[in-house]
Order: sequence, then structure tokens, then C-alpha cells
Amino acid sequence: MPRRKDLKKILLIGSGPIVIGQACEFDYSGTQACKVLKEEGYQVVLVNSNPATIMTDPEFADKTYIEPLTPEFVEKIIKRERPDALLPALGGQTGLNMAAALSNMGVLEKYGVELIGVDIDVINRAEDREQFKESMDRIGLYVPPSSYAHSLKEALNFSRKLKFPLVVRPSFTLGGLGGGVAFNKEEFVDIVTSGFDISPKSEVLIEKSVAGWKEIELEMMRDKNDNVIVICSIENFDPMGVHTGDSICAAPAQTLTYKEYQNIRDASIKIMREVGINAGGSNIQFAVNPKNGKVAVIELNPRVSRSSALASKATGYPIAKIATKLAVGHTLDEIPNDITRKTPACFEPSIDYVVVKFPRWTFEKFPGADSNLTTRMKSVGETLAIGRTFKEALQKSIRSLEIDRYGLGSDGENYLNKKLMGKKLSVPNQDRIFYIKYAFEKGMSIEKVSKYTKIDPWFLNNIKQLVEFEKSLKKYNLGNVTGDVIHKAKVHGYSDRQIAHLLKGSEGEVRALRKKMKVAATFKTVDTCAGEFEAYTPYYYSTYENENETVSSDKKRIIILGGGPNRIGQGIEFDYCCVHASFALHDEGFETIMINCNPETVSTDYDTSDRLYFEPITFEDVMNIVEAEKPYGVIVQFGGQTPLKLALKLKDAGVNILGTSPDSIDLAEDRKRFGLMLKKLNIPQADSGTAMDVDKAKKIAKRIGYPVLVRPSYVLGGRAMNIVYNEESLVDYVKNAAVVSYDKPILIDKFLERAIEVDVDAIYDGEELFIGGIMEHIEEAGVHSGDSACVIPPFTLSREVIEKIKDYTYRMAKKLEVRGLMNIQYAIKDSVVHVLEANPRASRTVPFVSKSIGVPLAKIASLVMTSKKLKDIKFKKVDSTSINYYSIKEAILPFNRFPGVDTILGPEMKSTGEVMGIDSSFGVAFAKTQISTNHMFPTSGSVFISVNDKDKDAIITIASKLSGLGFKIITTEGTGNLLEKKGIKCDRVLKIREGRPNVLDMIKNGEIDLIINTPEGSVARSDGYYLRTAAVLHNVPSTTTMSGASAVVQGIEEMKNNFKARVKPIQEY
Amino acid sequence: MKANLLLEDGTMFEGINIGSGGETIGEVVFNTSMIGYQEILTDPSYYEQIVVMTYPEIGNYGVNSVDVESDRIQASGLIVKEYVDYYCNWRAEGSLQDYLKESNIVGMEGIDTRQLTRHVRQKGSMKGIISTETDNKSELKKRLDRYPSIINRDLVKDVTCDAPYIYNPDRGDYKSVVVVVDFGIKRGILKCLDWEGFKLIVVPASSGAGEIMKYNPDGILLSNGPGDPSAIEYAAETIKELIGRRPVFGICMGHQLLAAALGAKSYKLKFGHHGGNHPVENLETGKVEITSQNHGFAVSRESLEGIKDTGYEITHVNLNDNTIEGLQYKDIDAYTIQFHPEGKPGPHDSGYVFNKFIRLIEDFKKND
Repeated sequence: MPRRKDLKKILLIGSGPIVIGQACEFDYSGTQACKVLKEEGYQVVLVNSNPATIMTDPEFADKTYIEPLTPEFVEKIIKRERPDALLPALGGQTGLNMAAALSNMGVLEKYGVELIGVDIDVINRAEDREQFKESMDRIGLYVPPSSYAHSLKEALNFSRKLKFPLVVRPSFTLGGLGGGVAFNKEEFVDIVTSGFDISPKSEVLIEKSVAGWKEIELEMMRDKNDNVIVICSIENFDPMGVHTGDSICAAPAQTLTYKEYQNIRDASIKIMREVGINAGGSNIQFAVNPKNGKVAVIELNPRVSRSSALASKATGYPIAKIATKLAVGHTLDEIPNDITRKTPACFEPSIDYVVVKFPRWTFEKFPGADSNLTTRMKSVGETLAIGRTFKEALQKSIRSLEIDRYGLGSDGENYLNKKLMGKKLSVPNQDRIFYIKYAFEKGMSIEKVSKYTKIDPWFLNNIKQLVEFEKSLKKYNLGNVTGDVIHKAKVHGYSDRQIAHLLKGSEGEVRALRKKMKVAATFKTVDTCAGEFEAYTPYYYSTYENENETVSSDKKRIIILGGGPNRIGQGIEFDYCCVHASFALHDEGFETIMINCNPETVSTDYDTSDRLYFEPITFEDVMNIVEAEKPYGVIVQFGGQTPLKLALKLKDAGVNILGTSPDSIDLAEDRKRFGLMLKKLNIPQADSGTAMDVDKAKKIAKRIGYPVLVRPSYVLGGRAMNIVYNEESLVDYVKNAAVVSYDKPILIDKFLERAIEVDVDAIYDGEELFIGGIMEHIEEAGVHSGDSACVIPPFTLSREVIEKIKDYTYRMAKKLEVRGLMNIQYAIKDSVVHVLEANPRASRTVPFVSKSIGVPLAKIASLVMTSKKLKDIKFKKVDSTSINYYSIKEAILPFNRFPGVDTILGPEMKSTGEVMGIDSSFGVAFAKTQISTNHMFPTSGSVFISVNDKDKDAIITIASKLSGLGFKIITTEGTGNLLEKKGIKCDRVLKIREGRPNVLDMIKNGEIDLIINTPEGSVARSDGYYLRTAAVLHNVPSTTTMSGASAVVQGIEEMKNNFKARVKPIQEY
Repeated sequence: MKANLLLEDGTMFEGINIGSGGETIGEVVFNTSMIGYQEILTDPSYYEQIVVMTYPEIGNYGVNSVDVESDRIQASGLIVKEYVDYYCNWRAEGSLQDYLKESNIVGMEGIDTRQLTRHVRQKGSMKGIISTETDNKSELKKRLDRYPSIINRDLVKDVTCDAPYIYNPDRGDYKSVVVVVDFGIKRGILKCLDWEGFKLIVVPASSGAGEIMKYNPDGILLSNGPGDPSAIEYAAETIKELIGRRPVFGICMGHQLLAAALGAKSYKLKFGHHGGNHPVENLETGKVEITSQNHGFAVSRESLEGIKDTGYEITHVNLNDNTIEGLQYKDIDAYTIQFHPEGKPGPHDSGYVFNKFIRLIEDFKKND
């Protein structure tokens, strides 16, 4: 059936900022949706608060609103745009929730907007546990018994009826937030109580646990003609009990017989029909009892999900694209399969390889967080790897993680502890897979490991086989090992690094030997059909087989190295840059080749680049592709630190690195060389030094004076960066930092207290410099730039300072011989502009700047890297310091995922994503960012203020303004005395250690609407700590810096006085 | 132990023996089902064929005595990328390797099965020989060349039952009696018919019309079976005599044989349809069914032109290559399906075709 002609304009909802549980997979799905809708001739209106997305690029929609994703704001957009339909199912849970809210509020009806792709009844039947259970009952499927509870008493009553373990899930939260498995009453009471706090409806679902059962997911599609298909089955390595986002997964399902699989397939089709999904995709989760095959339905997501991104990349079947086509009236049988061209999209992909997804955690960023894995998702990203066997794919997925591991162990890394083995096996955690291997090395049997882990013995056997293979491999050395043995190792997924470790040689020696033996990687195509039909889409993975399927071409090729898995410090922003480079270079006539291993991204869509290699980004894997493709050049500066780290090695191997030379990159990274350069250029820099050991560090610190900023070199996201106030902490730090990066020195900088931090993104072509954005941070220097809000244009800097910044930027770019993008961070103290650091590469802020000024920086930079001059590239040279609106970026912090972790901001980056607010007024733009980060500050009520001595002066203006705005001020004794002296009336409350009722009780009782609290130094577990963690738990907006507080006050002022909160698409700024 | 595969066109693959060892010859076909190796191996339609599984890891869940489509392995060989020597499933009774060995079946692993699949796709299905005895190419080639082609060979006689028997003799009441002509029937088909409430009398492929009518059946099922339909003229003759006398339902080879009996022809597909993911459009409902397929021959559209007078209707079409997947002959109360509605392995989307037989029989009885 052709597309619907009665619709003209469609509103698409994006999923907002990257948070744990909802990552860039919805940029991938939303981007596909935008493309499809435009191709089909619809007008597309898009709303998303996340500027770091491809979908919010101005060319992907007719109207792009970077506005808060709240029903109120979306209503404004609907009123302004009057779309015919709303497509919510590509925007994750945010999209569905928005659709439900708009429908409940009567907005859709009022403006005559039709929901397409999914309707309200379907959402309710899928999301409401009672309705879902009733539906499953009607079609004879088993759902573990469950019940809602609104009080502890109700919960306990239910727990008596069912045996422990029980799963507790707070209602209306994402990614299992606040949930958990309780094995006894004590745990149960704990989880239920905190669950009531977290659930916006104070409601928890209590469910009989099926922990230990096999976890199977099916990705389904159904059209309006009732054609239903399975795209992919996924089996979790970790059985039920670990959130699927935190589970290692394999596709297709590995341990089911035909009968069991068809049983689940039949059930899935019934569920799709019963729930009524009739124009889109769904994900259905099942648990299978390994002892008797009993099947339980766990849940249904009536939308595109993280799993569908995985399934799309795993099979080559573009779920989001097809789901969009179904939503506008097409049926599956009339949509062609892009990959085979000849066959229709109405079929079930068959794959002839094994796919493994591995989660990426960042517990190292959150000291004190509970790092055990439960039903509450904690990972921030994932990798996906394709191999011809499970073993190969598993090892590739691990070496894709960017955790300095080169496969499943045997890479020289060894921190496993035999004493911990039992616990590490039985309680799921991020190291468990390494402990499983360790257990086999220690002679444990499969049965025993399975008893501890509940992991299916089939999976475990694969790991045991690796252990056995290694034993046989270790009998050889580099001199007597045969080609067959090396080939076997490669077939098992071993990297050259691992083989080198096992044979006691170096990676280079293994590589050379391998070449001599002609053991080379071959590339196979992902074709949706297991080779049955000819594939036209060049989507490849490496393996060690006979036949190589890559085809040659006479076009000039450029390889773009992607950013690997999402993690804190390296997110979607870098994918954005890579995708832009690919688009621009393709248009310029190059053949673009993308290498990446992150299934959530737009870069790993098979139609983003001319060729896609789904591969780990390591020297070995990249070189294999370089050798197969013989590119003109490789781009390393768009994918963040991951590819940048490879620059020198690749260059040494004879690869042409496009853009800024690896030597310049090194010059900027090497503090000593960089410091000398600045001295020559006569550009101020905070005093600094480089130390290899404790004594040297102490000496340097003494010379430049405390406080000092310390960090290892070559890191991104401020990993292990710290501000140190005295020698004792310095010694501590140096001892610990050595673990982070042993072969690189520690950098020590004078810390400029209370300086204004400024970020600059610029492009230099060797002659001309274009400054894309000068961003002034709201938080002062010392807070990682990724965590602090920043503003275009700068709002307090003088012309003189701005000119100085421009001058320094130009001179550094010239000296560093930058070709392409460059990011510089400055700290301005008493009108002196200091350079903090310069990075000749794409930065996290490139998408934000591009959206703010309407200039595609990454695209322009990629052309510059291929020797084009700025003057020959057509674009509007916007001066970001003189635009007549404000564009503000604010960070999203994941503290609610890690109860108990201090929320204080510092030099180590902790945010997972960002939002943008744009408006003609600073206050409104800032307010929009706060609404988008779900920290809507109040316009009335009580504010609690407690600040350290350094901030006592600054707080007076803030408090007096708040008081003038009608806020009740509540303070502790010290701050209170100070404020009252200045004539500001305030109520007193006890500090936590002073007795009860204290400020904590007030927060818990909902008596405080805003918290201004600056830290009192490095006292761990201080009052401030409890305050801030309680604020996160109870979602009370809080700010920990003075500059943040003044922005909040300004926002409140403008919202109270003239908050009209206009919405306007970025195309109209 | 090493195992070698030589194809008719001289391509050679070296792998490792996973079966009984020895030598086997058959037509090399690939199957794209990701699960269901035991059903595939025991499906009589794979008789005289060497099956290449495109899914690379095979053996994961072992074998059991229930998931069989006949009483033995019918395929003449099995080729996989990696044989998994460890199985785990609550229903498993043994390993695939032991099963192959006990059944004296030659199997090999460790070859680039994707390369082999692409080769067969491009060149068409061809004979192959697997040997653990020699890697001498010319010797293997000699043996392979001596072996007859699958075309024009009656393979049915080797897989049909020896004598008539009643399936599930213990069943009590039944709706109708169906005689199943066994050209190499899969148990799954019998199970589906049994489940629909038929009493099933299974007779050998060579049974004449008279013998069949002796049972006074309410309907006749023409089963699936291996090889070239044109090679079993005797069956077509029998069917000719039965046409119009009783409702007929044909599956797979049964579909081709009824068409042949009516004067149409079948042709050999380049590399056949073997898998569990083929989209078939049901032209009566407009809906697409995902189907299980296993056939190397298909009924030719052109040849149907010649039998227009039968009032045939095409009911099902394969959306991948537009081949005929179902035919209906209203005038003679017959319908046939090219694919496998019972799945085994494969989807159950088309299970309604079994139920349709009940209605056809009931209508026939009413009008009789």
C-alpha cells in the first residue's frame, strides 16, 4: 500500500540527552526516521533537546526545535506548527511517555494530531503491568506473578504470598532505575522503600523473580496487514537477574532448539497481535527455564529500543527505517530490502556469523558506587563485534571496549584474585567474564562455574575452550610456532597482542610473522541472508577464513576512525563529527570508509558511509583494513581519544594521517614541549611541571604553590584529574595515578581558583583561522568542561579579553600547524588569559557550536584536512561573540544511577550527555536547559543555603535576590548570621551532625525546593555529601558553585518576570 | 582426521572430519536455517544431498529422540563451519557427533562455509564428494563423475515406507480418513494432520490408485520427498487416476507431482530453496507468510499455460524470486503447497493449510 497521502506534516520526538538506559541508539533511529519521512515527501518537524545528535542537524528536518522535551513545550511546538501526526516510537521511552502525556492532557485531540506508529491503547497495554498481564492471560502465556504496591504494608503482604527472590521495579522509571532483586525481607524493605521515593507515582511493582533463567529477546515487526516477522533473536550470556543493558548478549540465540525457538516465535506473534502493534517494531523479552523449557513473558517495548539498534546492526536489517515506513502506511511486502535489492523487507534475516554485544561500564568514575550488576542498568555504552564463532566475536567485543584489554585476558593484564573468585563468579560484576576464564585456568569444571554463575554451560564451554587452546599455544614460541597454530588462534579471535603475550614476543613480531605465514584477515559481508542472495551493501566484518569479499574500486578512499563505545568523556559528540566528515568527504567525491564498533551510532549505519567496517579500533584491526583498502588517508581527529591514540603508530606504519600531523598532536599533548612553545609565543599559561615520581611532584608543587591541578597525560574526560590542596593529598594522588597510566608522566598545573573558563573551537587551514565558538563556562575553572554549562556568546568577557583569545588561538593554530579542528581551553583570571590546554582535534562541543551558529564545523574541517582552503569552502562566517541570542549547553549527570556517590563536580568528567537551550534571553535559555535536565528550578518556595568561607561574599547578592523574589531562605547557623548581618531574613536549621530535625529531614519531607551548597574542602562524608546525595534522591535542584547559583537566580528572575518561553526552530535563528 | 570436499567443478575444500569418516557423494545444497539441524538431517527430502549449514556453529543443543523427521539421518553428508563439541539443553540425549557416527554419516567442519555457499549460489547446486580417505583430487573426481546426477533419478523408492501402516494407531475418534502417499514424508506433516483430527493411513509411493481407493479415504495427501519429480512417473500415473475422485492435498514434491499429473512441468532451480525465512505471499489474503522451504525443483509458470483447462489458480508466490509456492485446482478439489507448512524447522505461519484440508473434505462429502 502506498504511503498515506492525508498526512502532510509529521512531528517526530527525539529522546533527549544521553543518559544511562537511553543512549545514542535513538539518534540512530531518529535520524533514519527523519530521512525516510523526507524521502517520502513529508514535512518533518523534530523536537529534541540534545544538540549532539545527527538528527538535529538542520538539514534532516524542515523545522528542528532544540527545546525541552516536556509536554508543555511540545504543546507550544504543536500550536506553532500544527502537524497532522505525531510519531513517538523512534524516540525511546521519552517518546512514548510524551505521547501518553500529550494524549492525557487532551493536546493531541485539541490540535487534531494523530498518533502514528503506535496508539495510546497499545502503549497502555504494554506499559501497564495489570493490563499486560491480562493480555497475556487471554492468549495463554505465562507472566511471573506480580502486584503493584503503594505502601510497605501492601508490599510485605504480597511478599508473603510469593517466595523470595522477588524483583522490585519502581513504576515509570527508565532502565530499571531504583529496582533490584531482593533475596530476603531486609533487602526487600530497603529496595521497596527507596523505590517509593524514586517512582514519580510512589508505586512499585513486585514480581516473582525468575533470576537464573535464560534470557531471550526477539525483535519483531508488524504491519497493518498483519504481516509479522522476527528480525533477530538475542540470547543473554548473563541469565535473568542482570539488566539486559548490563548483560553480554549473543545473536542469534545460541542454546535453543528449533522447538523452543518456534515456541517463543509463536508467542511473540500472538503478543504482537494481542497488544495490537500494527505499524512498527517491538522488542519482547522472555525468560526460559533451563531445566524444563518453561517460558515466561517478561516485557514488551512497543517501540524501537536499544535492542533493536543492536538487532539492526547485527543483521543489516534497518529496523528504524522500516518502522517509520510502516507508520506512514506502507506494508512490509512492498518495501525492498536495501541489501539484496531484489528481495522484499518482509522476511526474517538469516545470519552466518555470531554477534556479541558487550556493555561498557565506567565505575572508575564513581568511587563508592555499588559495582555489582543487578536489574538496575549501570553501563554507559556498549560494543558489538561480529565473528564467525562465538569465541571470535566475544574476544573482539572485549578488545573493542577501550579498557586496554586485547581480548578475553592473556594480554599481560592481571589483577585477578583467587580469594575473590567465588564471590566474583556468583555475584554479577564487570570482571565476571575474566573470573570465569580464571576459574577454568584454576581447573574448575563447567558444571561448577555454571552453578556459581547460572550461566548456560554452552557459553562457559567456549571460554573453557579458549583456556585449553592457550595451554597448547603456550608450548610454542615465536621460533617454532606454525602457521596453522597462528591461524587457529586468529580463528579463536586472539589479537596479535594476546598471541605476543602467550608466545613471549612483541605485537610487531607476531604481526610480521603472521604476514610471512600469510595468515591475514579476510572480510565478510553482513547481508541479511547468509549468502543466499547477492548483497549490494558493503558492510563488512573481519574474520580468518578463505575468501575475502571486499571489492576494489578506483576512487580515492578515506578511512574515518570512529569513537568506539560510549563512555563518560567520549560520547555521541564524536560520532556526530565522524558522520559529518563522512558525509562531506563523500560529497567531495571521496569513497568514505567508516570503522567503528558501537552499535548505537549513526556512524555504524550501513548507509552513512560508502563502506562500513564493524571492527574494534585497535592498531591491529585498523591496519588489517588499511591493508585491504589501501586508502589515500586516515582521519583520526574526529573520533576522540580512541583513534587519536593510534595516530603515531599508524603513521609509523606508513599510513597517511590526514589533517594535523601526529607530531603536532604529540606536541600539544606533551606538557613540556607545549609549555616551551607557549613561552616562545609569549602566551601565558598557569605554572606547571611534569613529574615521573613523588619527589619530583612535591618539588614542582612547592615551586608553583598549592592548590595544584594534577592529572596523567593522554586522557580524555579528565580521567583521574584532581585538584590537590596540600602535599599529603599530592603524595596520595601520585601513588594512585601511576595505575592509570604507567608509561606516561603526571602533569601538575597551578590551579587558578575562581577563574572563568572558556572553550574555543576553531578550524585552521594553514592560512586562515575560523573561530566557530567562544564559549564561556558558567561553572568556574576546575570543573571539567564536559560537566559545566557553557554559553555562546560569552556573557561577561570584555572585548579586550575576547580579542586576546582570538589572537592566542590563531597563533597557537599556526605554530601547531593545525589542519582541521582544534579546541583550546582558557582560564581568565583578573583579565589575564591563560591557556589551560590545546587539543588539535574535534572536541565534545563541536556539535553544540555547529547548532548554535548554524555552521557545520566538522564538515568544513574534514574538507580542510584534504587540503581545501577555508576561502574555497562556502559557508557563513558567523562571529559567535556577536550573535543576538543565547545558546547554552548543560550537562546531564548520572548520579541517580549510583546512589551514595557524591555529586560534587570537579576536574574529572562525570556527565553522560548534554542538552541545549536557545533563546533571545540568557535567563530563559538557561531555564530551558534546566527544564531539559529535569532540574526545573522553582519560582517560589524555600531555598537552603550553606556555603564555604570562600563563597561567603558572593552568596550575599544571590541570597538577597532570592529573598526579593519571595523565597524563604533557610540556612545553617554560620551562613545565617552572615546573611542577617546584611539584612537578609532567614530561618535556621540544624546541620546534620547537630541533631534532629535537621536539613536532611527537611529535604526528605519535601520542605526544600532549591539547594545552594558549596563544598567545604575534601572532608569525605561531610554534611554536604549527605545533603547532595539526598537532593539527587529526592530530585531537589541543587547547585554546588557560586557561578551556577547566580545563573539559577537569573533564570528564576526572568521566568518570574516575563517567562513566555517562546519556541523557535534553529533554522530561524 | 582431515576431510576433503571436492565439487563437480573441481573446487576443493579441506576440513576436519566430524562424522563417521569414509566417503559420501551427494548434491551439495546450503540451508540458511539458524536452528534445527537435527530436523534437517532427518528430513527424507535431503536424501542424496550433502547439507551445508550456513549458520557457523552447529551442535550447540545436542540431539534428542523427539526432534526427528524420520527414523534416521537421510542427508548423505553434513558440512559446518564449526562443530560445537559441547552441547547443553534440557532435552538433549547425546551429541550431534555421536549421532553422525552411529548413523554412519560423513561430516566435516572447519571450512569457509560462506565461501562454499556463495560458490553454490553463483554456480548452481552441484555434486560433491566428501572423503576422509584421500585428498587425491583426480581420484576423487573420478569417483564423483561416476556417480549419477540427481536429475531423472528416482530417489523416492529409497525413502518411502515398505508397507502401508496406520500413523498413531491408538487415536480414538477421528474426523476423516486420509491416505498419505509417502514419497519420503516428514513426521512433522503427519503430526500436523493427526493434530487436525485425521486418521492417517500411510502407503508406499508405488501404491496404485486401486490400492489407495481400497481404503475408501476421505482425502489423499501427496507428501514431500527427495529429488526430481519427473523421475517418478509411476506416481504421476497413480495421481492421474485419483484426480477428482477424492480431495487431494499436496506438499512439496506432492505439489510438483500433482502439477505433473495434470500436464505441467517442473524445472530445477539454480540452487534451490533451503531455509526457514522465505516470504511467501498468500494471494487469497494478501498476507505474507514466513515459510520453511526445502526444494530444488519448482513448477514452471509457462507449463501451467498448457493446463489452463484445469482451472488452476496460483495461491502462493515466493516474494524472493516470484516462483510458485501454492496452487489450487477448484474443479478437482485439490490444492498443493510447495513449501513446508509444518515448519520443522521453520515458522508455523501457514499452519492453516492443514485445517483447510478438513474443510475441503467436508465440502466434498456434502456435495458428493
